[in-house]
Parts: sequence; structure tokens; C-alpha cells
Amino acid sequence: MRLQFILSEIGLGLRRNLSMTISVILVTFVSLTFVGAAALLQQQISQMKDDWYGKVEVSVFLCPRGSELPTCAAGEATAEQIDAVQAELDSPELEPYIQTVYFESKDEAFASFQEKLSDQPWAKAVTADDMNSSYRVKLADPEKYQVVADVLAGRPGVEEVLDQRRIFDSLFLVLNRATLLSVGLATVMLLAAVLLITTTIRLSALSRRRETGIMRLVGASNLFIQLPFMLEGAIAATIGAGLAVGGLWLGVRYLVTDWLGSSVTFVDYIDTSNVWTIAPILVAVAIVLAAISSVVTLSRYTKV
Amino acid sequence: MIRFENVTKVYARGARPALDQVSLEIERGEFVFLVGTSGSGKSTFLHLVMREERPTAGKVFVAGRDLSLLSTWKVPHLRRQIGAVFQDFRLLPNKTVFENVAFALQVIGKPRHHIMTTVPDVLEMVGLAGMEKRRPHELSGGEQQRVAIARAFVNRPSILLADEPTGNLDPTTSLGIMRLLDRINRTGTTVVMATHDDEIVDQMRKRVIELSTGEMVRDQSRGVYGSGR
Repeated sequence: MRLQFILSEIGLGLRRNLSMTISVILVTFVSLTFVGAAALLQQQISQMKDDWYGKVEVSVFLCPRGSELPTCAAGEATAEQIDAVQAELDSPELEPYIQTVYFESKDEAFASFQEKLSDQPWAKAVTADDMNSSYRVKLADPEKYQVVADVLAGRPGVEEVLDQRRIFDSLFLVLNRATLLSVGLATVMLLAAVLLITTTIRLSALSRRRETGIMRLVGASNLFIQLPFMLEGAIAATIGAGLAVGGLWLGVRYLVTDWLGSSVTFVDYIDTSNVWTIAPILVAVAIVLAAISSVVTLSRYTKV
Repeated sequence: MIRFENVTKVYARGARPALDQVSLEIERGEFVFLVGTSGSGKSTFLHLVMREERPTAGKVFVAGRDLSLLSTWKVPHLRRQIGAVFQDFRLLPNKTVFENVAFALQVIGKPRHHIMTTVPDVLEMVGLAGMEKRRPHELSGGEQQRVAIARAFVNRPSILLADEPTGNLDPTTSLGIMRLLDRINRTGTTVVMATHDDEIVDQMRKRVIELSTGEMVRDQSRGVYGSGR
């Protein structure tokens, strides 16, 4: 009896304030979509870091002939200088940080250059002597780049120590900025959602003042009086969260997996399983929002 | 059943008290008229019994409990022992007669089978058998008040408070309502009725408590409305 009664009260309330219910659903939908998008962006970033940082190396470029950089003023790196760099890499100081070291000679660099870029018209003018020979150092922990750079940079015969991770920095910067933007929009929308849910519950409570008055009169408990209003807010917000999950799922499925996945192939993209992992969070956020709004509103409007 | 000990109620700071040092006791099963002009404190008295208001000073005891010691979450349980009827009936317009009465039981969590047996009984008792499916706007004022009484009485409260229940009704209909309240009183329910209706008070010959500007000026068993008339 109790449950059935409460359910019918909720149904009545939701239908009576249909336009408000729909607006609550839409606002939570939009705000939680932004929240979810931010979460997915962060997941994408960490996934790319995992994927790429495992593959990248630190390149220790040795001075080529005719380099204009001040570090190479002495001309091409000599065999002694190259051996000294090798010795440094094998030293007990650096050795724990290094997984593997590979020496790429000028000829190898040239071969790989030709393979990748030989169809460019200017490539014909390039010879093996224009290439840098280099040490390709794979670090045990990619975050420890600075240790290697500090030791090797500026040594005679070393032109430049380059961390390939730097290449991704700007990309991650863009993605992190996008996350921030998304979080910012989400915050504004969540605030709007709280205010709207508050207003909806208040309207609903006012439109049923007669009923709640009689409930109080005949001795219904506070919880019993307030529960339908709370659940109304919670249900509308949860539907909004459901729509947000659906929207994100479609976005990931068709925009990321189908479209980006086929046009920009070198990235390991998040997929719809990531959406399912954030879905409970979104629903929880929706319920917390509704709960906060109900507590704030109902303590004022349905007092004993 | 209801005891007031030096009860004073002041609504706004500095204003004249709505009730001023009122002490009285109403026994179980009594029928009491509360008379006095508008603003004499009758409604405040009823609100204090329901614990819709709390006294500024003094103590109110209802059904053996000191209401000043009653915690907020227990107030609903107090109200389940008190039925209340008003001048404006306070029925739900979109519910039928049956649903209006059943509502009072539903919201305190009574099981369905209990509702299905109790509601027809009480409707028959108030003389509304066969009108279960009507809605309030299809009923006369007297019938609407009977629905309200049925709703107040359906949970068999030990106290029934009536705030000018005949205020909107013609004399003949009022008489019917009074007979009904008398019947309810005979079941052992304490009835407290605030009223302006001198004819009814004079006819019934019950205990009369008169309030005037918040003070109790008369407490007379088998009294009439106006002592000076």
C-alpha cells in the first residue's frame, strides 16, 4: 500500500509539472554530458600517455658536419666524443634509468629518412652526411627524462638531447584545456540544474499544499510527506543522467570509434566501454544534485 | 485528556497575548464547546493541542503527554490520535469521497485491506453510504462536512477537534452535523468544538468554555452560549 501510494503520488507530481520535469531532465542531461566529456577526455589523455610514453625514446643527437648550433662549434662529433657519450650511458650513474640504448649511425638515419620522405622533391638534395648520428635511449621510467638530459646535454659532440614526449606536450595541452573548458561549462550547468530542481520541487510542493496540509493534519510522517518530492527530483535527474550516458555512448561510438578511428589511425582511442565506467559516476552526481536540492527546499516548504 | 497549565501564547513580540494564563482540564469522553468572539483565542487553543504552535509559557498535556517534551519526529504520532474538522472542510477536490477518507489512512501507512473495510464503515456511520464515488463538488456543504468528519474519525482518534464545523452551513444542516458529533462523542471520543453558533450551544447543553481576548472567562458544565443573554 505504502509503496504503491508513494509511486502514484510521484507519477501524479511528475505529470502535473510536466514542463518543469522535462526542463530538469534536459538541464541535467546537458550538464552531465559535459561532466562525462571531461572525464572521457582525461581517460583518453591517460590512455594515450600509457600507449605513447611506452614507445618514445630520448634521442641524443650527435653533432653533424656543418652544424650551426653553438654546442657543435668544434665540428662533427669525433669517435672519442661518441665513445665518451657511450661510456656515460653505461655509467652506474645513468644505468639504472635506462632500459635500452641503440646507436643510429648516419647511414641508418639516412635510410630511414629516405624510406619515409623520399617522395618529397627536396629530399633528393639530402645526403647521408647531412644526417645526425644519434643514441636512441629508451628509459625505464619515461618521467625521468631530466636526469639523462642533465648529464648529456652540453657535452662535447652532443648537439641536442630531445625527449620525444615533448612532441605530445602541445597535444596534451590542448586536450587538458578542453577538459578545463568542459569542467567549467559543466559547473555552470550543474548550478543551473540545482536551481532548476529546487524550483521544480518548490512548485510541486506548492501545487500540492492542500494534500501535504492534510497529510500533516492526519499525522503522516515527515519522510512520508517529503519522499515523493525527493524522488520526483531524483527520478528526473536520473533520467537526465541516463540521457547523458546515452549521448556520450553515441558520441564515442560514432564520432570517436567510427570517424576519428578511421581517419586518424595512429591514436589508441577510448571506446564505449569507457562510457560504461563513468556511467555510475554520472548517475551518482545526478542523485546527489537532486538530494541536495530536495533537502534545501523541503526543509522550508513542508515543515511539520 | 487535554490539560493546559498557565498557558500563554504570544505570536509577535510585544503584541497582546492570543492566550493569557489559561489553565483548564478536559476529561476523556467529554464534549466541550469553546466559545468567544473572533480573536478570542479559540483557534490558538486548538493549534496548541495539535502542536501546530508551541506555547510561549506554560504546559500543554495531550493524552497524558507533555507536548513541550515531545520531539518533532513524534508529532505525527500525536496527530494520529487527534481528528480535526474545519469550517472550510479541506477536502481534496480531485479525489472521490472514498479516496478522501482513505487518504488519511494511506498516508499513515495503513494496509490496503484495513482501508477497504474501515472506510465503508465510517462512511456509513456519517450517513454517506452509497456516495463513495462522488466528488466533493457534487456534494452539498453538509455532505462535504460529513466527509471531513469521516476522514477525521476514520483512524478512531481519542480526540476530535472541530473548528467552527457549522460555520458554513444552514441551521438544519448544522443540526445534523451536531448529531453526528454527538454520536462520535458517545463512542468515547473527546470532542472539542470551537463555535460562534449560539443556537447549537444552547440546544446541546454541554460544557462551555468561554474565551475573551485570550483569557478564560467562563467554564460552565451544561452551559449556554452567552452568559449575559
